[in-house]
Amino acid sequence: MEELANLFHGFAVALQPYNIMLMIIGITLGVIIGVLPGLGGANGVAILLPLTFSMPPTSAIIMLSCIYWGALFGGAITSILFNIPGEPWSVATTFDGYPMAQQGRPGEALTAAFTSSFVGALFAVIMITLVAPLVAGFALRFGPAEKFAVYFLAFCSFVGLSKEPPFKTIAAMMMGFALAAVGLDSITGQLRLTFGVTELLNGFDFLIAVIGLFGIGEILLTMEEGLAFRGGNASINLRVVLQTWRELPAYWMTSLRSCLIGCWMGVTPAGATPASFMSYGIAKRLARRGNNFGKGEIEGVIAPETAAHAAGTSALLPMLSLGVPGSPTAAVLLGGLLIWGLQPGPMLFVEQKEFVWGLIASMYLGNLAGLIVVLTCVPIFAAILRVPFGIIAPLILVLCAIGAYSVHNSTFDVMLMLVFGVLGYLLKKCNYPLAPLVLAIVLGDKAEEAFRQSLLGSQGSLGVFFSNGLVSTIMALGLVALFWSAIQEGYSRLRMSMA
Amino acid sequence: MTEQSGSESGPAHKTLEIGMALLIGVFGLVVIFGSLKAGINWGAEGPRAGFFPFYVGAAIVGASAINLWSARRHDDGRLFAEWGQLRQVMSVVVPTAIYVGSMPFIGLYVSSMVFIAWFMRWLGGYRWLTVAAVAVGMPVVTYLVFERWFLVPLPKGPLEEWLGL
Repeated sequence: MEELANLFHGFAVALQPYNIMLMIIGITLGVIIGVLPGLGGANGVAILLPLTFSMPPTSAIIMLSCIYWGALFGGAITSILFNIPGEPWSVATTFDGYPMAQQGRPGEALTAAFTSSFVGALFAVIMITLVAPLVAGFALRFGPAEKFAVYFLAFCSFVGLSKEPPFKTIAAMMMGFALAAVGLDSITGQLRLTFGVTELLNGFDFLIAVIGLFGIGEILLTMEEGLAFRGGNASINLRVVLQTWRELPAYWMTSLRSCLIGCWMGVTPAGATPASFMSYGIAKRLARRGNNFGKGEIEGVIAPETAAHAAGTSALLPMLSLGVPGSPTAAVLLGGLLIWGLQPGPMLFVEQKEFVWGLIASMYLGNLAGLIVVLTCVPIFAAILRVPFGIIAPLILVLCAIGAYSVHNSTFDVMLMLVFGVLGYLLKKCNYPLAPLVLAIVLGDKAEEAFRQSLLGSQGSLGVFFSNGLVSTIMALGLVALFWSAIQEGYSRLRMSMA
Repeated sequence: MTEQSGSESGPAHKTLEIGMALLIGVFGLVVIFGSLKAGINWGAEGPRAGFFPFYVGAAIVGASAINLWSARRHDDGRLFAEWGQLRQVMSVVVPTAIYVGSMPFIGLYVSSMVFIAWFMRWLGGYRWLTVAAVAVGMPVVTYLVFERWFLVPLPKGPLEEWLGL
């Protein structure tokens, strides 16, 4: 019951006029970010983070998380109308969304996508409300060994669950850890890996990396492909919305399944993109009209959108309760927490009740506001896409530069951003995943600290990571996740030889 | 090492894969070297500063070796990109590098104006009027939003000083 009281208090915080204004601004900016190529949730939030330095933390996180919700909504618009996924997680939405738009049913497809997004998010927020305090309470008892085990599990899940080759995932992740280690060592106060360059004293800031890797890298990829937009007009009227809403309850089973897939994939750091693909794949196999998938089936829009939004939202659960973000955007939000002077992790639920519950309440309201904004303003957002890339691209590049500069007021960072941009372009082309790299830069110091503290306690014996039931279980799960693809392959070979 | 595929040519994907694996591997060696300098054994205060990054560096080198091996083994004849596409990419990278490099000297506003104007005029082919409107408008809006509204200072050069901003 205490949680319920906290939640109501959170609503009181989120419903202050100033916060509602930030919520609407955040959603609108987020949708624009989601619609524009080269600006995604992670780097959009990273660029705007410096603007929040002077705000109270609760208002700041409300605005930034709303940008995230907006970006999740926005990705669907371009997928359906232009067959261009504005975000990686909306690729699966193009499969059936674009054919529907071509058949003259764009309004129906958009309504289905937005509503499913909302349902997925709502499901995830309810889960966060119920589960996060329990997880946080449990995590309060964690010592350094358990903390390290949680990080270990998170990073191993990347290796096992990502669709990129495992050794490329490991290489990318370890680069992140190495970049995080540069500069002042937090335990001994010693300098390391700076090679005498004074600019590197404070190490690499992950915000710079995010803006470069995701922002500049994405622009370069877009330039390579050359842009030509062909897309239909979008208009949604109330009649279409109501008619689609009457149809949707028939697909409750698909929705529920997609919600569960999304929440699972969001909490483990697999993220929204694989969740949307997996949900689409399973829906295709199980649906009665599965053969029609790809030709404009409404169920093929519901499944990926619900899962993507559920995953994107539930990625905040481990961030809030354990201090381990489930997605790059959640990682940027976590970085924000550190900048505003809050310590992410289970103590937030004890020390910063107003912040945590204000955020959770704003997730309910923000997604509702998002649904209303996108349903009513689709034509405006679609019009943004018609602004030619020749104008949009330089503006985005300038915005990235401003964002990178204002993190530490340093022009060196802006140059670093460009280096990261070229690196991001090359890595992406060579199929190295960027999310684990970013997460490793964010969490590297904390993971190392937990690792070294546990070793200090055990006088250097690695046995500390298997010293009690809890830590052994988490470590074992991590090892299973690490070797997951090998286990799967072995299992299917075994079945082949049995048959 | 170029390969012919259809009508367009460009660097082979395999070449870039190998180059990337080598580059990351070298980065790993640098990390190992730096860690050794910082000390990787146990000191009075427990594991020393290079202890953790040393193993990270070792993992990078190991993973890159395997990536290198699999990159050399697979060759699907795919192109990394066509030369024309790479020229497009470079036509953004080079001016952005100049833009970023000039920022400490002439400030963000002036360099942004020049950069936007250059981009729109040469890559976009817009009329000068449109170019001028966007190239001047964007920095002005930036100034109002960042410096006036949110009080975030941005780098300024001689022009802003002269204007007394």
